[in-house]
Amino acid sequence: MTVSEMAQKLALTPVAMPDGDREVEGAYIGDLLSWVMGRAQSGNVWITIMSNLNIVAVASLADVACIVLAEGVTVDETVARTAADKDVNILSTSKTAYEVAAELAKLDV
Amino acid sequence: MNEAVRFHFVVDGEDFTSAGQASVQVKKNLRKLGISPEIIRKISIAMYEGEINMVIHADGGEADVLVYEDRIEIILTDRGPGIANIDLAMQEGFSTAPDNVRSLGFGAGMGLPNMKRYTDDMKIESTLGEGTTITMTVKL
Ligand SMILES: Nc1ncnc2c1ncn2[C@@H]1O[C@H](COP(=O)(O)OP(=O)(O)OP(=O)(O)O)[C@@H](O)[C@H]1O
Ligand SMILES: [Mg+2]
Repeated sequence: MTVSEMAQKLALTPVAMPDGDREVEGAYIGDLLSWVMGRAQSGNVWITIMSNLNIVAVASLADVACIVLAEGVTVDETVARTAADKDVNILSTSKTAYEVAAELAKLDV
Repeated sequence: MNEAVRFHFVVDGEDFTSAGQASVQVKKNLRKLGISPEIIRKISIAMYEGEINMVIHADGGEADVLVYEDRIEIILTDRGPGIANIDLAMQEGFSTAPDNVRSLGFGAGMGLPNMKRYTDDMKIESTLGEGTTITMTVKL
């Protein structure tokens, strides 16, 4: 499944989707950036409530497929623009991290 | 020395909202050199952790990435406060990060352990009051 297919199925709102064709595989939930760097896998959906600019670099360098901002968290314009610029997909939702993960599991991600 | 390519960066200690720029640039450069995605990911993560540490703990520094035929070396040098107890600093969970950077998601005390985990060799030289040099090697 691609990031844009996932966005549609889970009704996630695209914040930046420069690479919607990226395949997703597995997910990681975390807000501590070094944990994400150490534990998330390439191609994962990274579910977080962190919204500062550093998440873009972390997502890019850890090579996750996308960031999902849970719990209604929003990012400012700079973060959205930088993500688009750096080829990092960001989606947002009012669902909890648990709900997002549970739905992904149902879809066999 | 048989040195193939060298990248040099000055890491600004002022602004950690945009920190990580050197690492992002290295990722791009290594892609152009045709290095495999798995190796690029290791280098990216290890270098980012080191770069962020220089910004948060040492007020910035310098980074050199040397690409040899059989390995990539990352050398991070700063003139920060130095690390008092390297064994302690290497432990997962040890952190002296201040509250303002913790609120951004740093300070888990996982950076140095990640650097070790994602590289084949890591050497820390540090002198209190003078600074720290970290050399990491990833085999190709
Ligand atoms: N370049 C440096 N200069 C001085 N002290 C450092 C440097 N790098 C690391 N340290 C010390 O080592 C500790 C552990 O570093 P480490 O990267 O593992 O964790 P952290 O930076 O505190 O948190 P995290 O990396 O998880 O966000 C730091 O809190 C700091 O005290
Ligand atoms: Mg660190």
